[in-house]
Amino acid sequence: MPVLAEERATQVLQKFFVFWDRVGILLAFIVVFIMFGALTPVFFHPINILNVIRQVSIIGVIAVGMTFVILLGGIDLSVGSIVAFTGIIAAGFQVKWGGSLFLSIVVPLLIGGGIGFLNGFISTKGKLHPFIVTLGMMSIFRGATLLVAQGKPISGMSPAFRFIGAGMIGPIPFPVILFLGCVIAAGIVLKRTVFGRYIYAIGGNEEAALLSGIMVERYKISAFTLLGFLSGMSGLILTSRLNSGELVAGQGYELDVIASVVIGGTSLMGGEGGVYGTLIGALLIGVVSNGLNLLGVQPYWQMIVKGIIVIFAVLLDRLKRRFRTT
Amino acid sequence: MEAKVFASSQPILSLRGISKYFGGVHALEDVDFDVYPQEIVALVGDNGAGKSTLVKIIAGVHRPTKGHIFFQGQPVEIHSPHDAQALGIEIVYQELALIETRDVPANFFLGREPVKGRLGIFVDRRKMVEDTVRTLRELGIELPYLRSPVRYLSGGQRQALAIGRVMPWGGKIIIMDEPTAALGVKESRRVLDLILRLKEKGCSVIVISHNMRHVFNVADRIVVLRGGRKVGDKKKSETTPDEIVKLIVGADML
Ligand SMILES: Nc1ncnc2c1ncn2[C@@H]1O[C@H](COP(=O)(O)OP(=O)(O)OP(=O)(O)O)[C@@H](O)[C@H]1O
Ligand SMILES: [Mg+2]
Repeated sequence: MPVLAEERATQVLQKFFVFWDRVGILLAFIVVFIMFGALTPVFFHPINILNVIRQVSIIGVIAVGMTFVILLGGIDLSVGSIVAFTGIIAAGFQVKWGGSLFLSIVVPLLIGGGIGFLNGFISTKGKLHPFIVTLGMMSIFRGATLLVAQGKPISGMSPAFRFIGAGMIGPIPFPVILFLGCVIAAGIVLKRTVFGRYIYAIGGNEEAALLSGIMVERYKISAFTLLGFLSGMSGLILTSRLNSGELVAGQGYELDVIASVVIGGTSLMGGEGGVYGTLIGALLIGVVSNGLNLLGVQPYWQMIVKGIIVIFAVLLDRLKRRFRTT
Repeated sequence: MEAKVFASSQPILSLRGISKYFGGVHALEDVDFDVYPQEIVALVGDNGAGKSTLVKIIAGVHRPTKGHIFFQGQPVEIHSPHDAQALGIEIVYQELALIETRDVPANFFLGREPVKGRLGIFVDRRKMVEDTVRTLRELGIELPYLRSPVRYLSGGQRQALAIGRVMPWGGKIIIMDEPTAALGVKESRRVLDLILRLKEKGCSVIVISHNMRHVFNVADRIVVLRGGRKVGDKKKSETTPDEIVKLIVGADML
């Protein structure tokens, strides 16, 4: 009898996880969305909604890149520091080094991609876990940001540069367009291209991918480079929106970004998941942050809540694996 | 005609003086190994004798510590599975090398996805599914769920998939590392038939097996490894299962 009961429970759990994979995150998002709307009247105000999706975009473009890296079975903790460093470089070109719009956009993007490349190169060639490599990079580029800025934020961007973070195209903020563009492009790349399929293959079984003649190292380095580049893009958006290169920019972003990806159903073990889940995950994290703000919850509590959400999401993924039919 | 006579008189693949050391482990020591056109070679030996290591050197997974490889008489270096495939060497790995999280067509074409469009980066998913279905049907392999992850397949189904997916690529040398290990009687028979058919089609086959019945069923020649050394190389017609078993365990132990 107990065996049968256990079997039944397993079946129920399996059904739940299949359901959760399809619509669970979306449902959770809608529930949270309506809940905050009911609790605080200003939540649904268009200005607030615009504010939320702008904030989500800044985290979201990084989360798109992080989806690739986590699908590979990797991780990157340096994204927040890349945001700060590329942001301060952009601000430097805007304010101190001649004010060229072109350079203040292109150089930070290249630097972001370059740091991502280093993350990938060092962890694959050196056979080091990306966790430790990117932890080091996180410290290096936070320090480098302070060095470049000489301890002070750099403020006062040109109107053209300000468009990146604060501009609107019709009723839609420009960063939101950038973010959605990234999501759609990434969705196509992951589902339909050879590159995307190899990302899944490597994350699913790196050894088998290698034996099948897939250039595993090359694809890993590419994914980290892409993530660095997108972190640079986020740095541009943030600097433009704040009208300032801030020393603490991007601090703690790695948690929000990783949370978005994991809540979105991408497995930390790699090989399974996708970028549309990440979109919902980023929205969920953004709405929770904003809702708690509006409710006047202290930032300390927000950190605690987000931490709990991340651990819960990872636990759910573990359970999912345990109760899957084999 | 002449070319064919010439070809069959000389090995398609020759390994000379191959040694492979993993740190202090001497997995292979000074092994010579030949494969002739349209020949089925059985590679036998106890666990850890070096069989998988030898075929992985041929497949470009490992580089030999010492020794040389000749393909159709020419010295070659096989640096990667890619190089081996380019020479027409296909391998079914003992560990199968499937991506458990991906579906059957994805595994079937792993590393060799057909592309469409001018950019050459988009995967031709429909061709993948169609070709997978066709090849599996031709081989008599029945897989119930083509579109769900391979982890839902049974051990035997996975093994059948791993064997099936090396078939369409026109390999000249097909290597199978314990292809019947997870298979029942009927399925094993099917794989042995497949090996014989490959030979008829002009392929050479290297097959690793612990099953003497299977070995004597299909092989033209039997090569025995013990402790990383080649201790036997016999035409099937000139040996017996008893003799091979003695070579495998070392005659002094009987
Ligand atoms: N990648 C590796 N690193 C270190 N040692 C290895 C490696 N691969 C194989 N070996 C060692 O080399 C020896 C030969 O192993 P191999 O896998 O070739 O044996 P095998 O004949 O295929 O055995 P089995 O019948 O069990 O498959 C063993 O001692 C094994 O432990
Ligand atoms: Mg073996």
